[in-house]
Amino acid sequence: MATILVHVMPKPEILDPQGKAVGAALPRLGFDGIAQVRQGKRFELTVDGEVTDEVLAKVREAAETLLSNPVIEDVVEVTVAQESA
Amino acid sequence: MTARVGVVTFPGTLDDRDAARAVRLAGGEAVSLFHSEADLKDVDAVVLPGGFSYGDYLRAGAIARFAPIMEKVVDAARGGMPVLGICNGFQVLTEVHLLPGSMIKNDHRAFICRDQTLRVENADTAWTTEYRDGEEIVIPLKNQDGQYVADDRTLDALEAEGRVAFRYVGWNPNGSRRDIAGITNERGNVVGLMPHPEHAVEAGFGPDSRESGRNGVDGLAFFTSAIKGLLAHA
Repeated sequence: MATILVHVMPKPEILDPQGKAVGAALPRLGFDGIAQVRQGKRFELTVDGEVTDEVLAKVREAAETLLSNPVIEDVVEVTVAQESA
Repeated sequence: MTARVGVVTFPGTLDDRDAARAVRLAGGEAVSLFHSEADLKDVDAVVLPGGFSYGDYLRAGAIARFAPIMEKVVDAARGGMPVLGICNGFQVLTEVHLLPGSMIKNDHRAFICRDQTLRVENADTAWTTEYRDGEEIVIPLKNQDGQYVADDRTLDALEAEGRVAFRYVGWNPNGSRRDIAGITNERGNVVGLMPHPEHAVEAGFGPDSRESGRNGVDGLAFFTSAIKGLLAHA
């Protein structure tokens, strides 16, 4: 069993209302000096067996078709997670 | 004959009953369609109603888009069948690429519910022929992810081709690009909008009108437009 991580972020030119809300809350709690917050999504896809190039290609395809909407989001990273013992 | 208008129910759909009622008040026969059945039951038109299909998980409309019924809806829409997406239904239509662009959270980050004035920018679609170009109508608006976004090239094309069907008037309630409230496809048979025509179809249960309270029925002509169009071609 291995886990593949997919990171999806709103496109840079798209206003990110959630990130803005978090960014506005931080100084209220005393966390100063943070200029901007953008909020994205991390998916953990656990697969049976080994992560082959074929499996990774499939996951990339899933990331582009279901996990993200290319009109408003970018798939910024697809990586294999370190296996935990 | 009567026009058969299908109304799709996904898990989390809220306004299917209101949409069916609007169809009946407009003189059509409302036919219930279910997300898991790849069967359009010989309908002549389809309404994708509002709500929070699949809890808006992942993105609004993102999972509904892959429901078995949607394959049939997409085929039928490509063949020219009138399809109307309201609110969450509009979001489903963008996710399934029948309409361009997408919806993100309102710019003010709050859910909004109000009676909204719109201008009909294209009275030549399957769902707007009973309006006049430039006519202003008032129907309810209620959503969280209502901010219409698309890149400038797409927006310019929509404007140039007359595919902006409705624009917000007076105040942009969600930050939508170019005040866009609803759009149509090239052929004019597929229309999507964020506000809710199906909630303004019966006196006593609609928005406030100029004349009296709760009597606004400006949404009814969406449904009479489609039904008259279907009967004229029958």
